Amino acid sequence: MMTLPAVDVLRPRSVAEAVAQLAAHPGARLLAGGTDIVPNLKYGMYDTQHLVALRGLSRELRYVRVEEPEGEIRLGALCTIDELARDATVQARLPALAEACAQIAGPQLRRMGTLGGNLCLDTRCVYVNQTYFWRSALGFCLKKDGTACHVVAGGQRCVAAASNDTAPVLLALGASARTVSPRGERVLPLEEFYLADGVHNTVLAPDELLVEVRVPGQAASLRQAFHKLRMRAAIDFPALNLAVALGVTEGAVRSVRLCVGALAARPALVKGLDDLVGRPADRRLADELGRRAHKQCRPLTNIGVDPGWRREVLPVLVRRTVLRALAV
Amino acid sequence: MTHPVHRPGHVGARFPKVDGAGKADGSGVYADDIRLPRMLHAKILRSPHANARIRGIDVTLAASYPGVVATLVGAEMPAKYGVIPWTHDEQALATDHARFVGDEVACVAAVDERTADEALRLIRVDYEPMPALLTVEDALAHPEIKVNERAKVGNVTKHVELEFGPVDDAVARAAAVCHQVYEYAGSTHAPIEPHCAVARVDGDGNLTVWSSTQIPHYVQRELSRVLGLPQSKVRVIQPLLGGAFGGKSDPFSLEFCVAKLAMKTGRPVKILFTREEVFYAHRGRHPMRMDVKVALDGDGRISAVDNKIHIDGGAYASFGLVTAYYAGQLLTGPYRFGTYRFDSTRVYTNKPPCGPKRGHGSVQPRFAFEVALDEAAEQLGIDPIEVRRRNFIGENVETVNGQRITSNGFLKCLELVEEASRWTERHGKLGPGRGLGVAGSMYISGTAYPVYPNEMPQSGVLLKLDRSGRVTVYSGASDIGQGVNTLLCQICAEEMGCDPRDVTVVAADTDLTPVDLGAYSSRVTFMVGLAAREACEKLADKLRAAVAAKLGCAPADVRLELGTAAGPQGTMSFAEACQLAEAAEGATLASTGGYRTKKLGGDYRGGTIGASPAYSFTAHVAEVEVDEETGIWTVRKLWAAHDCGKALNPTLVEGQIEGSVYMGAAEAQMEEMIYDRSGLLFGPSLLDYRIPTSLDTPEIDARIVESDDPNGPYGAKEAGEGPLHPAIPAIANAIHDACGIRIRQLPFYPQRILQLLRERDARRAGSERVA
Repeated sequence: MMTLPAVDVLRPRSVAEAVAQLAAHPGARLLAGGTDIVPNLKYGMYDTQHLVALRGLSRELRYVRVEEPEGEIRLGALCTIDELARDATVQARLPALAEACAQIAGPQLRRMGTLGGNLCLDTRCVYVNQTYFWRSALGFCLKKDGTACHVVAGGQRCVAAASNDTAPVLLALGASARTVSPRGERVLPLEEFYLADGVHNTVLAPDELLVEVRVPGQAASLRQAFHKLRMRAAIDFPALNLAVALGVTEGAVRSVRLCVGALAARPALVKGLDDLVGRPADRRLADELGRRAHKQCRPLTNIGVDPGWRREVLPVLVRRTVLRALAV
Repeated sequence: MTHPVHRPGHVGARFPKVDGAGKADGSGVYADDIRLPRMLHAKILRSPHANARIRGIDVTLAASYPGVVATLVGAEMPAKYGVIPWTHDEQALATDHARFVGDEVACVAAVDERTADEALRLIRVDYEPMPALLTVEDALAHPEIKVNERAKVGNVTKHVELEFGPVDDAVARAAAVCHQVYEYAGSTHAPIEPHCAVARVDGDGNLTVWSSTQIPHYVQRELSRVLGLPQSKVRVIQPLLGGAFGGKSDPFSLEFCVAKLAMKTGRPVKILFTREEVFYAHRGRHPMRMDVKVALDGDGRISAVDNKIHIDGGAYASFGLVTAYYAGQLLTGPYRFGTYRFDSTRVYTNKPPCGPKRGHGSVQPRFAFEVALDEAAEQLGIDPIEVRRRNFIGENVETVNGQRITSNGFLKCLELVEEASRWTERHGKLGPGRGLGVAGSMYISGTAYPVYPNEMPQSGVLLKLDRSGRVTVYSGASDIGQGVNTLLCQICAEEMGCDPRDVTVVAADTDLTPVDLGAYSSRVTFMVGLAAREACEKLADKLRAAVAAKLGCAPADVRLELGTAAGPQGTMSFAEACQLAEAAEGATLASTGGYRTKKLGGDYRGGTIGASPAYSFTAHVAEVEVDEETGIWTVRKLWAAHDCGKALNPTLVEGQIEGSVYMGAAEAQMEEMIYDRSGLLFGPSLLDYRIPTSLDTPEIDARIVESDDPNGPYGAKEAGEGPLHPAIPAIANAIHDACGIRIRQLPFYPQRILQLLRERDARRAGSERVA
């Protein structure tokens, strides 16, 4: 079978200790559920000597809380995907997140994988998530061990795809990430969390840990839905995913956010939707959002599913998802 | 369908699989579960080039790496081998030419896998890359570049052209002709258990290899040849197997490597392929391009079938010689062809070698033909089921290419799926985006052609009766999940009246068991079943004679059943009967049985290839739903009726039907071996090479038809491969019923469906403008 490179596993008991260990061991990587990093380690994608295993932080970072009176929803980074999919609070207040979680991988992986792990999921590309032998036969690539991009000819910036299903939902819902590092903690909106660089697509410093996701209380009143396009019904990363969150008052749009993932390194919030505020929340709105998404989103060959087709069906999927959110 | 009532465990009963519990609870021993004292682990270095001359291999650094015990290169065992004696074109490790990305080049044995992996990176191979030929077109256009030196003409592995009757005349006179090109994508078996082999050499130089193979006998022969050992010094054992589907029916590099390394080091050696390596070992479904004509006369009868077939073989022959024949020879039922011609060419390309995947060679032409038949029938306005019924070839007939069909339950199959799917009221009437499609097929129950010519039986069974009442069956046959070990217990119980749970099966161990040629061409249950029955009958006669002498009755009056031997005047236990018979024999009670190949097939070169002692028949109806805005489609339900002659164990037959439908639907839905421009296989993993999950699998209604074949054991015919064939064309035909498009290229990716829908809409808009 494939072998794991030799690594030392550190087992901190607290967030503070974990962050200190990250700082003390440059290049160290985090191990939460292990569903992403273990195969990537077997593929030789990281030259790390140390893994910081987060199981000992479960008591600190595994919770779903509602902060009254604003009703802000706080999700600990070590909640498992399966817990979130089944959690009554999440299902009631953030149904699109529950939907997304229920469609990640398969049952066993959902029980291991964590929210933090999914949000920090390494970007994926058909040319990089492969064995060392395969990548060597290819001649390697920008993201690891090489200089060429096989997706964009002559490309200088890695376009490996954000392939997490929770990110588009949480972006659409206006969530923030709370992080901790030896320099203290910070809270930043998710749209500032992701970068358009497939080599490392978050702003997290090497010694910084995502500890919590905060979703504003008003998200619970948004009309929200998630859709995942995948080529089989389980154990598949998205060929496209999208989430929509609409504020609707008396049949009119009060706010609208639409996020599309599995394109390039950063989940894409569809831009320039402010002019839709005030319009009726109806089928024409759904069509219009589909058109805008189509205009702005250009799937690439980083995912092994025909990019032309993915782009072609995107407006259909957006329209249907919006209609589902609006329940019309 | 009701089955005759049988006693528990006997032929026809739903007796549980004898190896089922061990597979479910983890106690079963697969090749990788074998751990021997001082065992080494080996890893194979593979070529990163699709076509390269090897100028030199330097293993010095690897050999001195701490933990490495031995290295191995091709020059140490350069003999060529292959499953078919006429096409020996492989080497365990390439000596001077690497022919695809993933071709085996060198090997390292070390104290553990990681050390071996690390040492591989220290091997220096001096490659001279050459242009790679990755398509049939390129391989034919560039005979000057040799993919494989064995090819006599250009890059052709095998060319077969056979014509039965004046095809062109029949086409010229036809009332309707469908002439289309169909393209079938290559797919692989994806068994859950990767290939694994363990070798040990004892103090007398006897070599034992445990391997996840479905052909222990051929592996023994090839190990002996390549390693230069007498066959009597080579023992091959097949442990419990975690899926094969044809993917383990060649000798593979790992078997030679562990054997040679065990000989070199004196220590046991194991290789377990990674999933990626399983993809390179491949031997999966050949990509085929089929230029097909199906001609119907005014009554809708098939007057001609003409098929020009190009087969993309990959870098080695494997079973390719047979593939080139099967692609044509197995199409000539269940319908009568007025005339028939096929022109089949298998070429070498610089890709992992293709071979036999469930339904070897005939799944692709069956798809093309069954869709073309629908297209031709549509021209005449004949219902798809009616055209199949009208062309039924019948029982006890000879096909146009000289194959003898005995029993034939195809009409019954067709009738069952027609009724179950409510075809008449629903076909063509399900409204936009939903449709029904039908297809039929035929498959062999073994073939008259042994892989190497010989006069010995294709299958032998040795039976031993112990005075305790325990029966031991020694069978060379490979249980690869199809359940032959279970059937052997049932056959013993049927013939001798013992409890099937009192039967021990010793299987697939070349030292202990008689020869069986292997689990391929759906031959095992048929041939080993007959051999076992013969052996059982001999012992049952001895039991009856001994019991009759004791009870004072005629042997014919002794009934052996339910663990007893009973005469008119008395009864005794099976064990007592065994003791009486052993006393009468004055020696151990034993018997043998065999399956002897009968002369079959047409009297022409290749006429025996595909000539089977009995043919199975299948009909499917698929119901699909197509999302016309995205091209995404699903099979809502699939009705599959299969004529297996006699279901020796209906549960196992249903399992084979369901597994076949799953695999066929998978090829229609999503499975494809895709390569980049340099010959690199995209995504050699089960994440990128998607196989359907249970959620992607249609609801399957499996029906058994029993036509009671005169040649099969208890009337049985094959059930493991035939039921795959119609799934793909039935789905394609259902997609046509749903939305009026003809998909002629596999897989039926949603983007292809959507493209065809766009073209359909453009045609419709065009015809409206004209109107």
